[in-house]
Amino acid sequence: MKIVVLAKHVPDATGERSFAADGTVDRASSDGLLSELDEYAVEQALQIADERDDVEVVVMTLGPEDAADAIKRALQMGASAGVHIVDDAVHGSDALATSAIMAEAIKKAAPDLVICGMASTDGTMGVIPAMIAERLGWPAATLGATLSLADDRVRIRRDDDVASFTIEASLPAIVSVTDQSGEARYPSMKGILAAKKKPVETWALADLGLDTTSVGLGAAWSKVVQTIPRPPKEPGRVVQEDDGASALIDFLAAGKYL
Amino acid sequence: MPEVLIVAEHADSHVSKPAFELLTLARRLGDPVAVVFGESDDAVAKALGEYGATRVLAVADPAIDDYLVAPKVEALAQIAEHLKPVAILLTSTPEGKEIAGRLAVKLGSGLITDATDIVADGTTTQSVFAGNWTVTASVTHGAPIVTVKPNAVTPEAASTEPATEQVQVTISEAAKTARIVNSEPKKSSGRPELTEAAVVVSGGRGTGGDFTTVEELADVLGGAVGASRAAVDAGWYPYAYQIGQTGKTVSPQLYIAAGISGAIQHRAGMQTSKAIVAVNKDAEAPIFALADLGIVGDLHKVLPRVIEEIKKRKG
Repeated sequence: MKIVVLAKHVPDATGERSFAADGTVDRASSDGLLSELDEYAVEQALQIADERDDVEVVVMTLGPEDAADAIKRALQMGASAGVHIVDDAVHGSDALATSAIMAEAIKKAAPDLVICGMASTDGTMGVIPAMIAERLGWPAATLGATLSLADDRVRIRRDDDVASFTIEASLPAIVSVTDQSGEARYPSMKGILAAKKKPVETWALADLGLDTTSVGLGAAWSKVVQTIPRPPKEPGRVVQEDDGASALIDFLAAGKYL
Repeated sequence: MPEVLIVAEHADSHVSKPAFELLTLARRLGDPVAVVFGESDDAVAKALGEYGATRVLAVADPAIDDYLVAPKVEALAQIAEHLKPVAILLTSTPEGKEIAGRLAVKLGSGLITDATDIVADGTTTQSVFAGNWTVTASVTHGAPIVTVKPNAVTPEAASTEPATEQVQVTISEAAKTARIVNSEPKKSSGRPELTEAAVVVSGGRGTGGDFTTVEELADVLGGAVGASRAAVDAGWYPYAYQIGQTGKTVSPQLYIAAGISGAIQHRAGMQTSKAIVAVNKDAEAPIFALADLGIVGDLHKVLPRVIEEIKKRKG
């Protein structure tokens, strides 16, 4: 069984994130890392691999040279191989182009199962797994708080505000998992050493039969008009514990909450 | 006037508030046409009419309840191909965003998610990078498909009297592949919807696992209860109430953070609240940088006194 995990290299959310002049995410000015939410996807793939002895876990990323770090991290965690889709034409691609590229890459890799995180920590759209499924015509069991695999059927639990759903789909399928699915493992020293010998393939758009003019900033179907940093907040009033209750009551009264 | 398609969520004849918000925004772009999935009745059409829906299209197909997302996408695509709307607006729920993404692929439209505003020329506003940046954007290809954050705008009434039109759609076998094999309803907390509440009181690690005072304060203020990821991970409060990047984004009039340090993951979900109060023992907690009122102290000492005083004033 072949599992492809989609992983994104993102700017560190704990650092200062900003935009480049062309309205795209500035990836140069801050450190990047494997999106935390994709670690949960890697973990679920590795748990399936731990239970069975026929599983190959391929981690796939789309992004510039630096994005190789996201693959490296997943390989250190225990993934078997990596695919790095890198092409200068990709810069500035919207969700439509991104999903088109990933759909072609998945066709080329021909896995039984694709596992994604619930969203990236930078774009936070949470739409890519669904859009890939739409393009491939594959079942999509998304936003799983749990994920299990039995008899070539995948099963997730998906929670919303009103109910908890059990969703089933046959393979090949695409799934996404939430941060409720289980803590991701840290790479062991053995894993870190082993990762250095694991194969990573590099694919360009031409390898996927895609035209470079169909992707990128120029081909995007939406455009950023303006990016404006939030003005720094005026410092508020700070009181100590003993004055806390009366200060809060005054605050509530002033805001007409009482 | 051109028509704008909106997807209105409803349950048991009750239309959700975000649907009225979508109608309010849609009126800036054209005549709003509301799509409702599942059983609909006159009460639903009447409620949508009060916020300006000119038509209500009801889609009832068993596949919509039996399979995840894809049947709704096919239904909307068929309606859109017939109606040729100038824009399609949905609420930014996880499902709303998935429908929007798939519809963008099907219809060949540009997509914008998590908008907090949209103006007459279609330009949207989004709050990104944990609320630290505001981005304006517009769709340049096809009828824009936009998902809008709940609570981002105030619904404005505009009385119309739409009739409900039953719409027949054809759901293909290809859309019937992710089967909903079981659903267990959750029991209601009896409090306002987290994303719709005017007041949210949230508890974090500092509660020590005891949410009694947080819930009591929320109740005396008529608010909703939220929780930080740390509190949810500790098993103290259900995930459905988690506020932050991987939970809900809220933007209430008043947000009270009790025992929450304010990690970036949490700030992403509440930074755009109109007024913020923080109670935390650690004077260095990052939440204080956002707070209009910061109380350095133990929530278990401060909040009970506040609750007592509010109860006294309310008699």
